[in-house]
Amino acid sequence: MKTAGSVLKRIYIALIIIFMYAPIVTLIVLSFNSSKSRAKWGGFTTKWYVSLFQNDAILQAFFNTIAIATLSAIIATIIGTLSCLAINSMKRKGKTFWMGITNIPMLNAEIVTGISLMLVFIFLGVKFGFFTILIAHITFNIPYVILSIMPRMKNLNPSTYEAALDLGASPFVSFFKVVLPDLMPGILSGFLMAFTMSIDDFVITHFTKGPGVDTLSTKIYTEVKKGIKPEMYALSTIIFITILVLLFLVNVSGNDNKKEKIK
Amino acid sequence: MLKNKQKLMLGLPYYFWAIAFIIIPLCLVIYYGLTDKTGAFTFNNIASIADPQHTKALWIAVKLSIISTIICLFLAYPLAMILVNFKKGKSSILVMLFILPMWMNFLLRTMAWQTLLENTGVINTLLQTIGLPKINIINTPGAIIFGMVYNFLPFMVLPIYNSLAKIDINVVNAARDLGANGIITFGRITLPLSLPGVISGITMVFVPALTTFVISAILGGNKILLIGNVIEQEFSQTSNWHLGSGLSMVLMVFIIISMIFTAIFDKDGEGLI
Amino acid sequence: MKKRILTLAFIVTMIASLAGCGNKSGENGQVIVYNWGEYIDPETIEMFEKETGIKVVYDEFETNEIMYPKVKAGAVKYDVICPSDYMVAKMIESDLLHEINLDEMPNAKANIGKQYWEMSTQFDPGNKYSIPYCWGTVGILYNKEMISEPITSWADLWKPEYSGQILMQASVRDLLMVGLKKNGYSMNSLSEDELKVATKDLVEQKPLVQAYVIDEVRDKMIGNEAAIGIIYSGEAIYTQRENENLVYVYPEEGTNVWIDNWVITKNTENYENAVKFIDFMCRPDIAKINFDFITYSTPNEGAQALIEDDEIRNSYIAFPNLSDYKNLETYTYLGEDNDEMYNEFYKEILGADN
Repeated sequence: MKTAGSVLKRIYIALIIIFMYAPIVTLIVLSFNSSKSRAKWGGFTTKWYVSLFQNDAILQAFFNTIAIATLSAIIATIIGTLSCLAINSMKRKGKTFWMGITNIPMLNAEIVTGISLMLVFIFLGVKFGFFTILIAHITFNIPYVILSIMPRMKNLNPSTYEAALDLGASPFVSFFKVVLPDLMPGILSGFLMAFTMSIDDFVITHFTKGPGVDTLSTKIYTEVKKGIKPEMYALSTIIFITILVLLFLVNVSGNDNKKEKIK
Repeated sequence: MLKNKQKLMLGLPYYFWAIAFIIIPLCLVIYYGLTDKTGAFTFNNIASIADPQHTKALWIAVKLSIISTIICLFLAYPLAMILVNFKKGKSSILVMLFILPMWMNFLLRTMAWQTLLENTGVINTLLQTIGLPKINIINTPGAIIFGMVYNFLPFMVLPIYNSLAKIDINVVNAARDLGANGIITFGRITLPLSLPGVISGITMVFVPALTTFVISAILGGNKILLIGNVIEQEFSQTSNWHLGSGLSMVLMVFIIISMIFTAIFDKDGEGLI
Repeated sequence: MKKRILTLAFIVTMIASLAGCGNKSGENGQVIVYNWGEYIDPETIEMFEKETGIKVVYDEFETNEIMYPKVKAGAVKYDVICPSDYMVAKMIESDLLHEINLDEMPNAKANIGKQYWEMSTQFDPGNKYSIPYCWGTVGILYNKEMISEPITSWADLWKPEYSGQILMQASVRDLLMVGLKKNGYSMNSLSEDELKVATKDLVEQKPLVQAYVIDEVRDKMIGNEAAIGIIYSGEAIYTQRENENLVYVYPEEGTNVWIDNWVITKNTENYENAVKFIDFMCRPDIAKINFDFITYSTPNEGAQALIEDDEIRNSYIAFPNLSDYKNLETYTYLGEDNDEMYNEFYKEILGADN
């Protein structure tokens, strides 16, 4: 049914999408700008795309970024999900305590978290490099995972899990078949948020990274003094288009074998 | 269910993690916050929040982040409700569409907004060519709020969407069958059931908004000093970690208080989120 | 769909972690260099590696202040760093630097101009620890199409007709320097009264200021967003290429001359390689390549002679005759207490009402 309401809804979504994508479109346009300055249109060019693929440093930073974001998001999601189960079964005081702890990395100024993690790593005698960045990212990712899952935890129904046990499933199987699917949307959005936070971080990465290991963020922020390289716009455009295409493909193939969940 | 003890064991990796990488760094902050350069104990760093400059910066930051959080809430809630009612596959694609922009670098996106909003920027050039007056938003508090809403909106949409998706449509239908109109159903059923998501969302928007310094630097032209800028300044320009840590501690206390305040609305009384 | 996203994520990670492998050390060991972002032509690093067989591990920082704690904590044992003038002084005071023997660096000894060594003594007495790498001035850039009368002094930035057209610097020293110099004081002043006068002036000026920025000056001036901006000389040449209406002036009250310098850290494990690296960068042909890449003035007179473009070689922006200008000063390290005092005044300016 096409009512006035559904038209309004579509307009609303469209407006917010325009709002979210206006700067992305700007970045895409800038990637074809032959002037190095973002304030001046110097004519159309694709030269930044060519020089991007000749720039090993940027490509290496790109791979590091993806690897760290994916690994840290996965590990943080696992640790976060487990700890949600544990925190949820605590008494009120314990719960409040652990939720308070969880919020700390979000409250600290990033530079505080960065420097203090650096000091902890020095104390532990760890060699700075890929591994230390990974640990730091997991640390600030866990709270986002927990905050995403906790609201779902609250209305988790224990009786379905018990029913599964009664019907002869092992605790392991019933967890994976009953509890996990229920938490899945929360887990997934926790994963996405963790991934997002990791991609963007600069300050904490700077203090926990070893020499020669760069992420896109550390590259971009250090470039600020001499001006952002247009290659970065080109890379952003490629990343964006790739994800968009993947999303589209997933959507198309997802529609073929869609099953309605039985309630 | 798993025995409670076994369940508590599941949290072991996190307990370890939290102690090593959250509590120890926190202790460092407290140590710096409570000492001066010679290492002697002092409350001066914390008391310095009473400096007129700092109080003002804190007050403006609180004001701007509350406004941004409210705007985010009012933009996100209807959006999440609309998204939930789409077919399953379609709605997850749409949700992804709202996260996707966040995967482009934060600094690049914020600078892109500068290009758009400037007096000689894209939006104003467009407005002028169609004969409309210019908007002077860049370097004002309005631009900072704008940047905050833009950057933190997805953090509000996701948790609300999640908690709405969890609501059993049968409960809503039952209320309708029993004669409740749309507004009552929303007020009595949908809203209370989505509250945990709303509270998560408020935390995830308010906290980063309160501590931000990049947005006010790039879109606010540094003409408005936020508490985040002051703290960042102490650490990265003056290298005065003591004062920076002291002010961070005040900010933490402040945020914890505001979280307790939101938890009061959390009717289940399930503790802080 | 959720499973698909996760599978996808896993595949991407696998590819990424495979690509991340392969970190070989050079046959003659390595040298760990910590420099400003985009502050060297990567080609010269490759040339160095090829000629010497020393592997360069290259790392970048964004500001002096973000570099300092990382070096001081000893998280990574850097060998060569490129701090600015006042930071060199601070690092000397913190005992972080290794003394340099110029006899080991024939290129540096032969090519760095005498006037630059002299300037360096302001922060490194006796030139014991640092070798100048890049230098420049801070000046006013204005758009002659947007402003009728030429600007000549810091005091011009207080004229009401330029309201909303001025870009000031958003860093403690560079902002207060303007207020101090306008009143004829030293930019390293330790007098609270002088700083108060400077602060009062800058607070009065605030309603006229469009924004306090650091690196955005460049783009905003090119795009005609503002008519007047405070800028580093090295950026001025680039902005003029993009917008021919821009004019760079040395304010008549005097201004800041800054120098970024190579230093070797105290706890270096590759002292000899560090010496070789710095000396290599002082070779005229190499310094010339770097000058072309970063466009900041080089103190390397051998390289200056190699510049073919007369316009640049004789440019009053890139290579001014410093004796033509009065009251030029370099920042010195003020000590922690005074840094704090400066910062208090700085906060007062940025926190003031518009």
